[in-house]
Amino acid sequence: MLIRVRVNGEWRTGEVWPGANLLSLLRDTLGLPGAKNACEQGECGSCSVWLDGELVCACLVLAAQAHERDVRTVEGLAPEGTLHPVQEAFLETGAVQCGFCTPGLIVAAVDLLRRVPAPDDSAIREALAGNLCRCTGYGKILEAVRLAADRMRTSGAGDDR
Amino acid sequence: MDVHLARTLEEALEVKARQPEAVPIAGGTDLMVALNFDRQRPPALLDVSRLEDLRVWRREDDVFFVGAGVTYTQLLHTLPGTHPLAQAARTVGSVQIRNRGTLGGNLGTASPAGDTLPVLAAYDADVVLIRPDGRRRVVPWHAFMVGPKRTTLASDELILGVQWRLTRGPGSFLKVGPRNAMVIAVASLCLVADVDRRRIRVALGSVGPTVLRAPAAEAYAEQVLTAAGWWDDPAVEVAPQVAEEFGERVAAAARPIDDVRGTAAYRRHACAVLGRRALRWMLEDRVREAASC
Repeated sequence: MLIRVRVNGEWRTGEVWPGANLLSLLRDTLGLPGAKNACEQGECGSCSVWLDGELVCACLVLAAQAHERDVRTVEGLAPEGTLHPVQEAFLETGAVQCGFCTPGLIVAAVDLLRRVPAPDDSAIREALAGNLCRCTGYGKILEAVRLAADRMRTSGAGDDR
Repeated sequence: MDVHLARTLEEALEVKARQPEAVPIAGGTDLMVALNFDRQRPPALLDVSRLEDLRVWRREDDVFFVGAGVTYTQLLHTLPGTHPLAQAARTVGSVQIRNRGTLGGNLGTASPAGDTLPVLAAYDADVVLIRPDGRRRVVPWHAFMVGPKRTTLASDELILGVQWRLTRGPGSFLKVGPRNAMVIAVASLCLVADVDRRRIRVALGSVGPTVLRAPAAEAYAEQVLTAAGWWDDPAVEVAPQVAEEFGERVAAAARPIDDVRGTAAYRRHACAVLGRRALRWMLEDRVREAASC
């Protein structure tokens, strides 16, 4: 089945099995490996992307459901060679250990800060509840989100749509 | 596998008339898991996520209608005056899951653990179905969900939405699970007080083959509250053992089993605790409400 989708601003087409999920289209067909494939049941959040501006697990979206729609992935967060403030904050605070959960967490954190520019810890925890880190890095991840929130508020950055 | 991307309700109904075995897919939070793990290979899928007709809600007189395509995020943040339903929606999965999962999907899957289902049962809601000829069939919740993951939806029908009569009075949804997010309920409960009709309605999830009401507990609470004069005066003293007794009667209505998420004994105990707590909150909420008027 031929799917046409706008990924990070660019219209792309890819051929997939009709029952394939959006994650498979992105990774296997369109060559965008940023969203990670782990649980394939919406538990871990490592495949988080935006579909028409809404944070979703790409593994739970039928690729065909994204046909003629807008998808944004972690690859589209910042121009090549640069980093989004949330990505910088993850690096600086050491919120990255093995790194597998990181793209999903960064996408979920950016989604949160777009909705809630100054989240308290309980809001951060609730927003990131669908993203699992098995290196037990949550303390540093919270720190990264707080740091990014502070910086984005002072610089007025972050509205990257 | 055929995939039909219906753009309108009419198109979707045509597909259903032609190919009744086509399985509707909305948020995909249940069905995609089955597909990803090769547990299901339906001959055809019918995408209903683009149908504007399903993404609506409206109030007509005292009846509230919510379309099947309304997501948990919308239930949580957008819908007016749906307190226990918003509480239930907030306990579903994560942001990612709530952005995709729909009320119609919760009904269609009909898991005994579906988080919104005890709320719909406590609202005494009707499920609105639509047939290929466009005619609607309105089914009470208990005649729609008839067993674990079993409904009376005909193969050529689609779930249009759900509707219930709005009531005045406090209500709450409670859920027990190992975390505050990403959990399938071990036990859940919704309690609604209908102050105008002097009715208490309480429903249980995850403790039976389908969602259950607790009629003996309801009758007990109504009788005690009426005798105390609570309906007319929310500040009236209600003895603490009333909540205890109510919880015991709620637990007696449960028909739990042992499974991977919990034992039957634990679930029954949880029902007693949730029932007790919900009744106490109801008493407190009404006092607070009266004080703030």
